[in-house]
Amino acid sequence: MFDYTFQWRQAYRHLPRMLEGALVTLEIAVLSLIIGIVIAVLLAVARDSKSIWLRAPATAWVEVARNTPALFQIYMAHFGLGSFGIYLSPYVALLAGIAFNNAGYLCETFRGALRAIPETQTRAGRSLGMGQAQTFRLIVMPQMFRISFLPTTNQMVWAILMTSLGVTVGMATDLTGITQNLNARTFRTFELFAMAAVLYYLIAKAVMLAARLIAWRLFRY
Amino acid sequence: MIEIEKVYKSFGKLDVLKGVDLTVARGEVVSIIGGSGSGKSTLLTCINGLEPIQSGRILIDGTDVHARSTDLNKLRRKVGIVFQQFNAFPHLTVLDNVTLAPRKVLGMSRAEAEEIAVKQLRHVGLADKLKVYPSRLSGGQQQRMAIARALAMSPQYMLFDEVTSALDPLLVGEVLDTLKMLAEEGMTMICVTHEMTFARDVSQRVAFFHQGILAEIGPPDQIFGAPQHPETQKFLSNVR
Repeated sequence: MFDYTFQWRQAYRHLPRMLEGALVTLEIAVLSLIIGIVIAVLLAVARDSKSIWLRAPATAWVEVARNTPALFQIYMAHFGLGSFGIYLSPYVALLAGIAFNNAGYLCETFRGALRAIPETQTRAGRSLGMGQAQTFRLIVMPQMFRISFLPTTNQMVWAILMTSLGVTVGMATDLTGITQNLNARTFRTFELFAMAAVLYYLIAKAVMLAARLIAWRLFRY
Repeated sequence: MIEIEKVYKSFGKLDVLKGVDLTVARGEVVSIIGGSGSGKSTLLTCINGLEPIQSGRILIDGTDVHARSTDLNKLRRKVGIVFQQFNAFPHLTVLDNVTLAPRKVLGMSRAEAEEIAVKQLRHVGLADKLKVYPSRLSGGQQQRMAIARALAMSPQYMLFDEVTSALDPLLVGEVLDTLKMLAEEGMTMICVTHEMTFARDVSQRVAFFHQGILAEIGPPDQIFGAPQHPETQKFLSNVR
């Protein structure tokens, strides 16, 4: 019944290739987070704007990003846009899909944090002669990032794990893509995917550690 | 000079100011007293343009605060305000709280701004707290920091909105001493306050607000000694 023979040694030989893939995974996750955070801040502001022309598209973005599968979002970026003659490479489509998803979720996280900052902080800033944008950037935004830090780290882990969906649009250079190819050549399925799982775990831990360090450096108060 | 002429202000259906006239000359200290909801604090936020008004006008050195053409950010450099809730910026150290606006609004270098900030913080007795975050300060210290922060912009007018109301009674004195010191230095001040002793000792004139109207104004001796308006009499007899 249980006649699978583990051949770890053979699988280990592929570790360097998998580490290269892990780097690509890390790169996509970090880029998608940076892009996602920037867009999420803009969306959070737009969603609370008085203008319907800002509010409506931002709300649509958040609704789609949060209520459809990430897989669908990545598919759309690759095959969906492809139908209109806009061809995004698997790398770009994966990055765009995850950044889209990150932005939608983080927007709501940030909006919640904005609610927690008293209106009087903005008043105090304005009363010192600072403009609206300046007050937001220098006084409101730093507090927003601190309040939303823990839920943001959740999304960071999600962003890393979501990169594995890239394999469905032909992404071959990230950790899952490389593992998949090695599996097709060697059939050491359990060993290879177990190693990949450990690498994903380590990437997630490394990103969390980096986030903690940044937070420790920034949020001294 | 601050000139307030027939100012009406409402929040929706609620009329908060119903035709207020008041002129405050350079170097003068005017205290505003009155019950809750009488419009005292609202008047201050209208003076520096944080709140719009429905009619009338407010002139600061001849500039109409609520005119469309007025650059409020520029005007506010002239008019400092300190609130009841200290509104310290929690993510910045005491020193950074005070240097932020001079650097970002007046375009000073960090060194210049720090020189001014240290001077102002020493002035209010916080020279030993420069690198501390506001969460480590007492309420009175936070409020004195807020005063230093407003003063670092070198305003010509200062508005104080019940600056001691949120403080532990033991800490009220240190903040009032700071205000007294400013008054003695010749700062033009409008102080909304519930501290009657302060109003009597420090101000040149005391104004009594009742239901959105400036019911009575005069020198402290007159207001506290021989109030004319029945509402002033009633208010003061309850306060004592």
